[in-house]
Amino acid sequence: MGDGRNHYKEDLRFKIANREALMGVFLAIFNFIWWFAFAYGLGKKPVAEYTYIFGFPAWFFYSCILGFILFSLIVFVMVKLFFLEVPFEDREEDVE
Amino acid sequence: MNWDVILPLFGFLAIVFLIGTYSSKYIRKAPDFLQEYFLGSRQLNGFILALTMVATFGSASSFIGGPGVAYNLGLGWVLLAMSQLVTGYFTLAVLGKKFAIVARKINAVTLIDFLKERYQSKWVVLLSAASIVVFLFSAMAAQWVGGGRLIESFTGLSYTASLFIFASSVLVYVVIGGFRAVAITDSLQGIVMFIGTLLLLIGTIVAGGGVSNIMTELAVENPDLVSPFGADRSLTPLFVSSFWILVGVGVIGLPQVAVRAMSYRDSRAMHKAMIVGTLVVGFIMLGMHLIGVFARVVVPGIEIGDKVMPLVALEVLPGWLAGIVLAAPMAAVMSTVDSLLLLVSSAVIKDVYVNYVKPSATQRQVKMLSISITAIIGILVFLMAIDPPDFLIWLNLFAFGGLEAAFIWPIVLGLYWKKGNAYGAFASMLIGVGSYMAIHLSVPNLFGMHTVVLPVALSLIGYVLVSLITQHKHQIEHQQIIQRFWGI
Repeated sequence: MGDGRNHYKEDLRFKIANREALMGVFLAIFNFIWWFAFAYGLGKKPVAEYTYIFGFPAWFFYSCILGFILFSLIVFVMVKLFFLEVPFEDREEDVE
Repeated sequence: MNWDVILPLFGFLAIVFLIGTYSSKYIRKAPDFLQEYFLGSRQLNGFILALTMVATFGSASSFIGGPGVAYNLGLGWVLLAMSQLVTGYFTLAVLGKKFAIVARKINAVTLIDFLKERYQSKWVVLLSAASIVVFLFSAMAAQWVGGGRLIESFTGLSYTASLFIFASSVLVYVVIGGFRAVAITDSLQGIVMFIGTLLLLIGTIVAGGGVSNIMTELAVENPDLVSPFGADRSLTPLFVSSFWILVGVGVIGLPQVAVRAMSYRDSRAMHKAMIVGTLVVGFIMLGMHLIGVFARVVVPGIEIGDKVMPLVALEVLPGWLAGIVLAAPMAAVMSTVDSLLLLVSSAVIKDVYVNYVKPSATQRQVKMLSISITAIIGILVFLMAIDPPDFLIWLNLFAFGGLEAAFIWPIVLGLYWKKGNAYGAFASMLIGVGSYMAIHLSVPNLFGMHTVVLPVALSLIGYVLVSLITQHKHQIEHQQIIQRFWGI
């Protein structure tokens, strides 16, 4: 790490920030795959062969409705378990 | 005149006005005027942060335009709209802590403050300020036209009178209350949007005889209404997926969204906002667009898409409830417009005037100027919106995607990539805006994707290549910037 000859101490809080940003990116990718796979995986059949859940076509139910509930839950769990509280203001204090 | 509808609407405007007055007290007391007026002194809590992000982002199109298209195309359009779920958590997760910490280190109040310190280039600052002023001014005018038309359709007043009511109520609370007023009214507007969606969704399902019944009738009329491909099979998977860039992850590049990522109090607020924001944005987008689809069965034969939502509200709900529900699109327009107004005025005052014209301006001068410039910009937009000139409508076409293509990489890579420099940022902005306009005008939706995709990709390539090619330039200055941003 670091740029060789130039010595400065890297802000430790950024390790946390970087990790959490990556989690956000991965969650978005997973969100996209879930949304896409159910919508077009189940939805590409002829409409006559559709199955229905709570009145909605199965593709729509899984992709949009269950997807919405599931990703809201994942965000909740991700934030509660993996996102750390970090002071924003200080300059001297160390984290962790 | 339909008083059932008008009373809740005016009640709503009155509350918004009170919030402006309340916020102006903070401005008088604030130790740092600019921090308070343009950023609410970084005091937003999680709930307000979530709602102001959702409400700023959700505009007239989520409530009026979107349901109208869903009415005509069916569930495929709801699928497309759900690409916006990601905005609830993505912006805050990615910009989140890094932006908040860095913004405090360098004492940034606006997005351009951040770009200025990160790239130390007058040209990057001026180009950013110009893009913000030009694009957001035209976007704002378009939204004001929408706000005026909404009031016109509910009250039967003339368009100019309606626009005047709309403009004066927005202007008053933004001018006297600043960012804090915008954020608090946004939260109120977000709540109105949420409740409006919920009531109308229930009303429409009941009126349509339940979801199963509605789906059966739709499939009888045209099976493709319940497929993901749209009634005319125009929604290809690639096209729909490309909206993940335009209204999903690309939103991170919109200045009005990005500036909120440095406005909150602490990391707890950010965490809470991610949870609340995802729930609220998902519910509103899913609900409003489903209402559009269901309306096809409940109120068949509507010719003009924009009338679907008002007509269905008046059909399925008792008058006074319809009034509350119809305040929702109004709230959506206002909450978008107020943020844009403040942003344009901050670009003029903080980024251009204080930085380059008169750095020695006193607090008092800056205060007078901020308030009057905000008012003047608002009045200008009002005058433009009375009879919008063609060039404004033309510019508005590029506003959303153009800003994303311009800012996404200078912000994201500026935060996370140490090698990024001013040359890269400048190139990225030019390429982003330029290619967006070129593609949009010559071959819109090139290769079956929304126009925004290629410019975002090209501006990424521009940023990285140009930064790498020029990395030997100004090494010492660059090292100082890196140390300041990344060091303790």
